[in-house]
Amino acid sequence: MGYDKFKILKSTAVPLAIENIDTDQIIPARFLKATERVGFGDNLFRDWKYKPNNELKKNFVLNDKKYSGRILVGGKNFGSGSSREHAAWAIYDYGFRCVISSFFADIFKNNCLNIGVLPVQVSAKFLDIIFKEIYKNPKTLINVDLEQQTIKIEKTNFEENFEINEYKKNNLLNGYDDIDYLLNLKKSIKEFSNQTPL
Amino acid sequence: MGQTLFDKVWDSHVIKKIDNGPDVLFIDRHMVHEVTSPVAFLGLKARKIKVLYPEKTFATADHNTPTRNQHMPVKDLLSKKQLEALEENAKQHKISYWGLGHEKNGIVHVIGPEHGITLPGATIVCGDSHTSTHGAFGAIAFGIGTSEVEMVLSTQCIMQPKPKKMRITVNGKLSNSVTPKDVALFIISKLSTSGATGYFVEYSGEVFSNMSMEGRMTVCNLSIEMGARGGMIAPDKKTFEYIKGREFTPKDDDWLRAMDYWKTLYTDHDALFDKEISFNGSLIEPMITYGTNPGMGISINEGIPNSDDQDGSKKTFLKSLEYMNYNEGDKIIGKNIDFVFLGSCTNGRIEDFRAFTKIVKGRKKAPNVTAWLVPGSHKVEKAIKEEGLLDILKDSGFELREPGCSACLAMNDDKIPTGKYAVSTSNRNFEGRQGPGSRTLLASPIVAAAAAITGKITDPRKL
Repeated sequence: MGYDKFKILKSTAVPLAIENIDTDQIIPARFLKATERVGFGDNLFRDWKYKPNNELKKNFVLNDKKYSGRILVGGKNFGSGSSREHAAWAIYDYGFRCVISSFFADIFKNNCLNIGVLPVQVSAKFLDIIFKEIYKNPKTLINVDLEQQTIKIEKTNFEENFEINEYKKNNLLNGYDDIDYLLNLKKSIKEFSNQTPL
Repeated sequence: MGQTLFDKVWDSHVIKKIDNGPDVLFIDRHMVHEVTSPVAFLGLKARKIKVLYPEKTFATADHNTPTRNQHMPVKDLLSKKQLEALEENAKQHKISYWGLGHEKNGIVHVIGPEHGITLPGATIVCGDSHTSTHGAFGAIAFGIGTSEVEMVLSTQCIMQPKPKKMRITVNGKLSNSVTPKDVALFIISKLSTSGATGYFVEYSGEVFSNMSMEGRMTVCNLSIEMGARGGMIAPDKKTFEYIKGREFTPKDDDWLRAMDYWKTLYTDHDALFDKEISFNGSLIEPMITYGTNPGMGISINEGIPNSDDQDGSKKTFLKSLEYMNYNEGDKIIGKNIDFVFLGSCTNGRIEDFRAFTKIVKGRKKAPNVTAWLVPGSHKVEKAIKEEGLLDILKDSGFELREPGCSACLAMNDDKIPTGKYAVSTSNRNFEGRQGPGSRTLLASPIVAAAAAITGKITDPRKL
């Protein structure tokens, strides 16, 4: 089961300069009732996007037409809380392919990598610069190059390297997933299982 | 050099190490529930593969179930469909299924230990971040996403880099009315919600060795709220006594063999951690949260901190207080509350109901407080009745609901209304967590009980 390959992404970005954005904000629990992976993008940041009467909250960044793109930039400690992969699905389904932050929660980061969304961890200083540049000019292009592991703000000298383990990088570059890899290990898995007492 | 408890369990489950990549880790026990599993089963269908070891997976319905009239058809059609999907998937793949109304049904992290599914030295995963609960038994237990649920169903393995190791030591004697929940909220308030991200935590010290198994489960449960993948406590006499004789616990010779192994599960004296933190347990007070993440906790008689004293951004902190409609410097004690929720995988076990009942006994619930008391499982519910707690609760004006996750995440009808304040024994006070616009104050069952009686945040020691 693959997903879209990720090589280079050059896009404008949506700035969400709030820290500790938890998965309950990304997708509230009441929208987790689906039995298929469809339509989660509509409810991305649902309660920040809409008033209780379903009117749009005009001052929320996703409702601000100035900002668009396939990159979401969030404050420190992005994706804390629940393990719901629905949060990553909602981000993907909305159209984002990359999330930038200065710190990610573990499970959220894994979930993103498993569905082809690239979490890019940058320094706190670089994150500040990204926010400033986007606020200054919402048309600012950010270039994320997975092969080179670099993130660059176009038309500036601002550039940083980011980390990702070789295995995951290779998966994303080629659209591979872990299950294909593991299915090829079935013999070792069975041998191991036969020896385990539990 | 010696090994830590975590090293011993992790390393013994690694099937393959990938250079510059994750470890392939064998999973002994997999728990699934209705919310994070349907898409994983669809994945198996698309790949045309079956569950590799159905006997290692256990299914229950808990997240999206009503806590009233469970014998009736589920009214919410989407919820009903999700429950039916789990039942069908379990049947098709020959997985044991303890659905709604089943005597063993309950919150996944409550029933695992109750039935001996949770064992020392095991690797346990579930599509739920509070899987860390099972670490109380010396297991490596953590939450996974749906892609990984599919991975475990199809290959009984997951692929994860080995986390770093942190030891949190708490020595000293806990004061009266200070519970395991307070210890955990205290630690999280010091570390913040991201302070242990990237780490697996071992809890050690006399506070944890003196704690009951229920209390240890509460502490390990909340490990994820400081960002840790999981937390664990070395198994001891209490652990072995708790699990002995339970349905899925090894029996006879298998028990003796298992005990020989389990007794080796401790951190060697010369083992090294990537980070060590220690606290003095005797200084911990009853805790409560005032903001919108579990790290925003204070002792109950303190004031709400000033935004200038925060490590994080002032804007985020003030946004949080605005949501709660609180001001910097406000005393939390005496604030009015509207709802009390006793339950969840954090505090929905029998000991929690005993503690709550002890406080409300001979007193009356405040008329303006709505209280939802939701046992973690049918087994807990049965014990509440058999121990006579229900009679005491009823005399004090409380009623008992049926088991489930309930208002902890408010997927079902148990939603705190917009703008209302709930003192909750659950694990997360995020915006809207307990219902859109709800305001949550996390606390122990004892603090929750005191609030239920007075209708205000009250120090249980001064009730």
